[in-house]
Amino acid sequence: MTQQKSSIDRRNFLRLTGLTGAGLIMGMGVKADGSAIIENITAASNAFELSPLVMIDQAGVVTIFNTKPEIGQGTYQSIPALIAEELEVSMDKIVIKQTGGEKKYGPAQFVGGSSSVRTNYTSLRKVGAAAKEMLLNAASKQWGVPVSECYAENATVIHRPSGKKLGYGELAEAASKLEAPKNPTLKDPKDFKILGKSAPRPDIPIKVNGTAKFGIDASVPGMVYASIERCKVFGSKLVSFDATAAKKVKGVIAVETCERIHGIYKSEGVAVIAENYWAAVQGRKALVVKWDHQGNDQFNSKDYEQSMRDAAKKEGAVEHQQGNFDQVFSGAPVKLEAFYETPVVSHSPIEPMNCLASWTEGNKLEIWTSTQVPGSVVNEFSKTYGVKQEDLKLHVLFNGGGFGRRLYPDYIHEAVQLSKKVGKPVKSIWTREDDTQQGPFRPMTFSAMKGALDASGKAIAFQHKVISGTLDMKKDYDVTKADGTMTEGISEQKYEIEHMKNLYVHHYLHVPLAAWRAVTSTTLAFAHECFIDEMAVAAKKDPMAFRLGMLTKDSDTKTILNKLKEVSNWDKPLPAGWGRGVAQYEFFAGQAGFVIEVSKKGTGVKIEKVVAVIDLGTVVNPDNTRAQVEGAAVMALTAAIKGGITFDKGATVQSNFHNNPLVRINEMPKVEVHILANGGDKIKGVGEPGLPPFAPALCNAIFAATGKRIRRLPFDINKIV
Amino acid sequence: MITLNINNTNYQVDASADMPLLWAIRDMVGLTGTKFGCGIAQCGACTVHVDGKPVRSCSFPVAAAVGKKITTIEGMKDKIAEAVQHAWVELQVPQCGYCQSGQIMSATALLKTKPNPTDADIDAAMQGNLCRCGTYQRIRSAIHRAAEMIK
Repeated sequence: MTQQKSSIDRRNFLRLTGLTGAGLIMGMGVKADGSAIIENITAASNAFELSPLVMIDQAGVVTIFNTKPEIGQGTYQSIPALIAEELEVSMDKIVIKQTGGEKKYGPAQFVGGSSSVRTNYTSLRKVGAAAKEMLLNAASKQWGVPVSECYAENATVIHRPSGKKLGYGELAEAASKLEAPKNPTLKDPKDFKILGKSAPRPDIPIKVNGTAKFGIDASVPGMVYASIERCKVFGSKLVSFDATAAKKVKGVIAVETCERIHGIYKSEGVAVIAENYWAAVQGRKALVVKWDHQGNDQFNSKDYEQSMRDAAKKEGAVEHQQGNFDQVFSGAPVKLEAFYETPVVSHSPIEPMNCLASWTEGNKLEIWTSTQVPGSVVNEFSKTYGVKQEDLKLHVLFNGGGFGRRLYPDYIHEAVQLSKKVGKPVKSIWTREDDTQQGPFRPMTFSAMKGALDASGKAIAFQHKVISGTLDMKKDYDVTKADGTMTEGISEQKYEIEHMKNLYVHHYLHVPLAAWRAVTSTTLAFAHECFIDEMAVAAKKDPMAFRLGMLTKDSDTKTILNKLKEVSNWDKPLPAGWGRGVAQYEFFAGQAGFVIEVSKKGTGVKIEKVVAVIDLGTVVNPDNTRAQVEGAAVMALTAAIKGGITFDKGATVQSNFHNNPLVRINEMPKVEVHILANGGDKIKGVGEPGLPPFAPALCNAIFAATGKRIRRLPFDINKIV
Repeated sequence: MITLNINNTNYQVDASADMPLLWAIRDMVGLTGTKFGCGIAQCGACTVHVDGKPVRSCSFPVAAAVGKKITTIEGMKDKIAEAVQHAWVELQVPQCGYCQSGQIMSATALLKTKPNPTDADIDAAMQGNLCRCGTYQRIRSAIHRAAEMIK
């Protein structure tokens, strides 16, 4: 097939000519046959490599390779900006190409954990700085002048004494032959032209005119479509199927089995392959499939939740301890205990899972998809399917939402197997029902909380015991150990409470599970920060003052709370029937806090005001940071007040957005975002920290307004009292 | 064969009458700006205009579109559409961007009937369009901004 050729030139790319309005994109190499790229990057074949991530052609076009797939978080701006800043080239003069897991682009080709900028802030600046030094050295050689007399500006090297100039295009070839400096000098942040300033995202103009290409938009000649029937009861085995009626549907070409591989969770599906997607879906409806449920068809949420409550009585494994919790708690004058519950939830990106795979003779494989993990897809798939890495070409298109779902390549496996079986390029698309019912899901966590105060109302003992399954879905869990991911952040909070003992009780859940945006902090922060509020109430103290009272030492937590206190006008009295709540949460990805105000409205409450503070240390794009926190608040509100996923008869009860609803525009209050960016070496994540503190701040506000303590999510915001 | 007029061009498509318009547009005509999200008119990602009115093409049979003027995001060229797209860029509305074609189709339809919409008008017109990234407050601001630009 022709699309197997010249794979290196067919990366998804974006060419930009300016950032002042719509219609400024010259072209986008998203046609699966690569023709658009060849037409638009005229100099692609005679570009010179200054680093695997930086190429410059003779016309001076700078191509920057982005190793971080775009899932909505802004990596087409933030990642190239780190390089461009040091390279002294403006963002409107670069071409951005998305890498596809190729070895030469390094091991960090994934997006997750709010890590793209915070873990590459220095390394990518060094890439840009090294390339700049190579260009300076090339110019100094050509002119026969000391390099110290040269400087770079606007993609040009200038000889300061004479004013002589050479464009990067004129220097690229010579520069590419020089050795890259290992420790190039980085700019002083005060000289930054791009970083730290709100800048438009280069991917946005093509996202408002329909030309941006997502995984689901990929196509190649001869492509066929697949829709896959999987058993709704988790843990079932395929017994047999009858495809007679399915094959009679107009357009249906074949019916084949495939295996969904999600870590240790494997399940077989029956795929209907057709000339168009609609025919595949109709054919699938006509399938008759027999499953063996393996005894899993009695599983239901009600019983499972009760078994979690029973499991909470176990002591559990110690995750962290300090002081002597047991003794101090038992002898304390004021003791509190509370039990918090959170649901299973779906990721529900609006772009359903999909993948176009083309298996061709000689064990060659080409994949077009939306994924958060190109590096591991190339690594793992080459091993699993016996394809040499150089024979596996992965095209990463825009992700129509990630949220953790696209960390898992189960949907890619299915398409690859089907293409191999039918000998044609196969585009598999999950229906929304597949997405809602098959998982993988964010696991539910229950939290058993204990706290004690001394006679003066000072917090002296604290315990957060987490009860949950694990993301790897292992049944034979070593119960003597606490799972770090499932106890995320509970021992990182800075409150100075002398006696603490945090615990973990493993409680197996057999349905496919996954990391969700902000992982387990999204559920644990709810229990943790609502319970801190309960302790404040028991101590008869203002919740903000109670928290700050436990923060005598300097910390980011203290800074965030003080900032929240200021920007929310915390001490300003509210109208009758209103309440104000605060929460913050620190975890591996970063830290943020919210103050939320609500008012009583009928039997429920209305959210009146939402103020967020996110602490970054160093910020790359303030406007995009605000956007991420605004969005995190919406996702957190959905998780707090909407349906969640439940199970009955072994299967997911919900099926689509009508019974697994998301917050809509009319339900979303305005979110005011404040960024703490005081510079220095510290740099924290942007995408996730806005989620965890939202639900506890909301529920603490509801308590303040109504006296009703919410200890289970989701809840109906219109039926509080 | 069914003839569809999409963005002022006639296309012959070999679609069964009950096929949703969405799949004819995407798979047969090859215009992929219109997105599949739910298949049951719950998310709005597939919104197109049929004779100027917003419809959810995932739940609109292709037969019902015959003889009508269908406009997709690729055909949004008039003054209102341009204002909306400019406002979307100016206020940096999209995140992942997947739902935004549908958001823009709904927003332009709103501004055609209500050139100066209130927040309540926006709630009514836009609540059929889900955004999982949570760009709602920027969508609201951008609709107000587009209304200013059109004046």
